[in-house]
Amino acid sequence: MTDLPSTGSAPIGAPAVSVTGVDKTFSTRSGTVTALQDIDLTVAPGEFVSLIGPSGCGKSTLLRLIADLDSPTTGAVSVFGKTPRQARIDQEYGIAFQQAGLLPWRTVRANVELPLELHGAGRAERAARVTELLELVGLADFGGSYPDQLSGGMQQRVAIARAIAESPRLLLMDEPFGALDEMTRERMQTELVRICAETGAAVVFVTHSIPEAVFLSNRVVVMSPRPGRIRDILDVDLGRAGERGDALREDEHFFASVSAVRELLHGEQAARGAVRGVENR
Amino acid sequence: MSAAGMVGSRLRRRIGAGARWRQVGLGALGILLLAAMWELYKALGPEGGVVVGGLTVLPRTTDLAMPHVWDVLARLGQPVNSTAGSPPVWQAVLGAAAFSLGVAGVGWLVGVVVGMALALLMQRFRTAESAVLPWIVLSQTVPLIAIAPLVRRWGSQIEIGSFQWEGWMSVAVIASYLAFFPVAIGALRGLGSPDTNHVELFRSYAVGWWVTLWRLRLPASVPYLLPALRLAAANAVVGAVVAEVSIGLRGGIGRMIIEYAQSGSGDPAKTWAPILGAVLLGLAAAGFVALLGLALGRFRRGEVSA
Repeated sequence: MTDLPSTGSAPIGAPAVSVTGVDKTFSTRSGTVTALQDIDLTVAPGEFVSLIGPSGCGKSTLLRLIADLDSPTTGAVSVFGKTPRQARIDQEYGIAFQQAGLLPWRTVRANVELPLELHGAGRAERAARVTELLELVGLADFGGSYPDQLSGGMQQRVAIARAIAESPRLLLMDEPFGALDEMTRERMQTELVRICAETGAAVVFVTHSIPEAVFLSNRVVVMSPRPGRIRDILDVDLGRAGERGDALREDEHFFASVSAVRELLHGEQAARGAVRGVENR
Repeated sequence: MSAAGMVGSRLRRRIGAGARWRQVGLGALGILLLAAMWELYKALGPEGGVVVGGLTVLPRTTDLAMPHVWDVLARLGQPVNSTAGSPPVWQAVLGAAAFSLGVAGVGWLVGVVVGMALALLMQRFRTAESAVLPWIVLSQTVPLIAIAPLVRRWGSQIEIGSFQWEGWMSVAVIASYLAFFPVAIGALRGLGSPDTNHVELFRSYAVGWWVTLWRLRLPASVPYLLPALRLAAANAVVGAVVAEVSIGLRGGIGRMIIEYAQSGSGDPAKTWAPILGAVLLGLAAAGFVALLGLALGRFRRGEVSA
């Protein structure tokens, strides 16, 4: 995991992600919808940042802008000092979605291997790397299985292995544990923290769940909907990634941060009624 | 769960093999049942057929209209006609069926290539889809009988160097005309079937359209493509048989059906021999596509077993 990709011409010390003055509007039949307004956000290398907010606050849209799956209407996004497009071409990030999105006709090994194969890595190199990755996500015995033979949690672990296959310095995750049951989810969170500690990658993590955001992150970005804005950014200092464990979930700092995020999210509740789409568990 | 899941899927596969044998058994039973019904109706039905208000609803049961099943089978073993050295009927029928199968096969192949090419074009360019798709649908409303003479006339004008257009090529073209349609439609749906998720994943890998096609769209299209290929095979067989008749190509099963029917008044059992041959032809074509499906089994994992 030490073989970081060459930084190329990226300036030394450039932030992993830098978003400045970004607006994003979609034109629909019934007029334009402002998905994001005045977004400013910087993610340092190796930092874990969660985006949380109710449905329609544009957190997934923001992630898509960083991933160059969409482009901002105004403002600028840069990833390690490059345009998102260049960063995508240089494979600066790995991505995981809510659905594992494994190719059903490929075995677990072949699925993890996919990005390496597409980018022309040698056969032996690929095999070694895939073995290493499957060890990392605890699926060493399942390399020959097909995705339909795995549980949802295992599929998601394969997807994470695939996302980090090329040792990206940035990991973009769009509610990767959203479809999992609570117990699997907590186990996956613990594993993700461990994996991030081992890879040293920066992470932008979109979630609906307050405890998830607090448990995983160095900083939690709280967003509000219509138009999607950043309401506040909360520092969650629960120790370095390597030191986090399940005990943390019982820690009083953890509860304090969960309450803080909840208060930020619900700040406008009186004016607008219940906030939808956020899990308070 | 994983271990249980794998045992489950292995079990499912074994049950699948058992189900396949039962299918074969049921198929054979179906044929026997059909033969039994034929004989039953022949034994019990009125000689002049069932006529309702001047319309014949069920056929006559005379030996001329409905020969006994065993007469038809026995006739297969006898010589085609009384000339010396005449081969047995089954041999002539098999020969004709093989000839038609070859022509239909060429038609199928051409149809698959053309259908795939059209689907790729429509998948690549949205405008092509709106421009081409209506014509593809429209093409199938033109009756076969109308295009057969046209194809023959145009074909006979083609002469490039030593290459000369032959009658069977016209038949193959007409077979491909029927075969390309389901392939074009099925492949278009199949190529468009990957989730946005998968498409965006490939975009995030910064790979081009061709790599995405080869690694994602083509494999994902297999479950849609196989039924289309089977339809295309059936269409190619029907197209070849009918085109043989309307073009007047000798050697195939289509022409044989007509020839033997002409001798039907004196030899009713013989009429049915090439029809059995045509059925066999269809089965062979369907079997070929089924084999193709087995070879591509890996890509059908997502498919819900019917």
